[in-house]
Amino acid sequence: MARAATTQRKIINTAFAWMVGLLIFFPIMWTILTSFKTEATAIADPPVWFFFDWTLDNYRVVQERSDYSRFLWNSIIIAGGSTFLGMLIAIPAAWSMAFVPSKRTKDILLWMLSTKMLPAVGVLYPIYLIFIKFGLLDTRIGLTIVLMFINLPIMVWMLYTYFKEIPGEILEAARMDGAGLREEILYVLTPMAIPGIASTVLLNVILAWNEAFWTLNLTAAKAAPLTAFIASYSSPEGLFYAKLSAASTMAIAPILILGWFSQKQLVRGLTFGAVK
Amino acid sequence: MATKASRTAARLMLAPAVILLLGWMMVPLTMTVIFSFKRYLPMRGGDLGWVGFENYVRFVNSSAFWPAVQSTLMIVGGVLLITVVLGVLLAILLDQPMWGQGIVRILVIAPFFVMPTVSALVWKNMFMDPVNGLFAHLWRFFGATPVSWLSEASMPSIILIVSWQWLPFATLILLTAIQSLDSEQLEAAEMDGASPLSRFIYITLPHLARAITIVVLIQTIFLLAIFAEIFVTTQGAFGTRTLTYLIFQRVLESQNVGLGSAGGVYAIILANILALFLMRIVGKNLDR
Repeated sequence: MARAATTQRKIINTAFAWMVGLLIFFPIMWTILTSFKTEATAIADPPVWFFFDWTLDNYRVVQERSDYSRFLWNSIIIAGGSTFLGMLIAIPAAWSMAFVPSKRTKDILLWMLSTKMLPAVGVLYPIYLIFIKFGLLDTRIGLTIVLMFINLPIMVWMLYTYFKEIPGEILEAARMDGAGLREEILYVLTPMAIPGIASTVLLNVILAWNEAFWTLNLTAAKAAPLTAFIASYSSPEGLFYAKLSAASTMAIAPILILGWFSQKQLVRGLTFGAVK
Repeated sequence: MATKASRTAARLMLAPAVILLLGWMMVPLTMTVIFSFKRYLPMRGGDLGWVGFENYVRFVNSSAFWPAVQSTLMIVGGVLLITVVLGVLLAILLDQPMWGQGIVRILVIAPFFVMPTVSALVWKNMFMDPVNGLFAHLWRFFGATPVSWLSEASMPSIILIVSWQWLPFATLILLTAIQSLDSEQLEAAEMDGASPLSRFIYITLPHLARAITIVVLIQTIFLLAIFAEIFVTTQGAFGTRTLTYLIFQRVLESQNVGLGSAGGVYAIILANILALFLMRIVGKNLDR
């Protein structure tokens, strides 16, 4: 009796949850479907769902006409580069705060968090001026540096919360056995820290890939990543739904896949360890 | 016990991050503060000298200011209300036993990974376009006249787009919090005859209070700064010009850097007040 009730409840839960899930996912699904239609089918009324002549033409045209791969390359370099640079700085910092804490560690961590809260628009013009002065406007290196800075606090925080979970006794044991600082880092900490480092990299690549304030304001033609490329479709002559969908699908697909792997880390990273 | 040598090494390892972030924060911030006290028009004469608090007064007194405050509050408030309420409900739903839980969770979370320019553009064209959008098809199907959403109902439209982007974030955090709830407590309450509603009000909701606070604070900080969604859809027209967008227009479009910088200082102060609350919560967590 009780069992039947739970099975019944499970069926209702499942049906309801799937309905809501598909509704929320619908805009993405619709974009992906539309990317395989012809322009005429894409705007057909009533809308065509699955039964149409699937075509890859849009992907080919987007690539040929707008040089999609250049924007993709910019996105990869900027997201990857800013994460890599940031990690070079964040790993030692997080390591030192997690394992050799001082009285000021907490203040430093909170201060770093506060720099993340700085509204970008408040410093738009100074950054713009500095970029012009040093010839960084519309360059990949300029954008890489800016994105490195805006994500650095998150990197330090995430790494810090992961490193904190490595038990200190292991370090002490290693020291007792005569391990120096170098051995300690190389053979004891690194293997234990790798999962945390990987998650941090993942989340920061995602954040950098999707960043859409600095990428829109500091690039023009040369260094524009996918965020800016897609924004260029908002002009009237770009109003081709199938092509817009193909371009959008290509821009979000890699990050959608990465994102699904990083659900858990997302919570930790974006709440600064306050929710785990 | 850390040795003296390792302490020195630790300081050296921390130094680059601190120095770089300090520079990243202080240099532009100082420049913004300096500009805000100047009449500074790069296209029309450049630096025209100090003007005291004139920019601050003018920014607040301009006819665009109060509407901008209003639309900012509406977007932030509207999105917070929608994402927190739906987020709690979704988190409870996703926490129930069901088949394919993992897949449903993936479907729900997906919008968070869509870049803002893509989601804005997809919603604007493929859903909200008054001629070819899906909503227009739907409206015509029911014999209604299609609405040109982004001009006639601009504010609800923007709120819908942004809520769609942020609902996954709220859901995911609230789901994580719900999963840490002791299920025995709920079962005991059920045995004692507590109704589902009172179990929700007296057990689940108090348990979620901290997570909800964090969602509200973090989202507020990000929502105050939304830019691409407006840049791509309305460009600040039809009453959707937020403070962020207004400052952007003053600084880059009309190149009135002094005035824009004064606005920027206001935005920084506002964000810092909010950040203070957030940091108090996060800081408490650090002590544990």
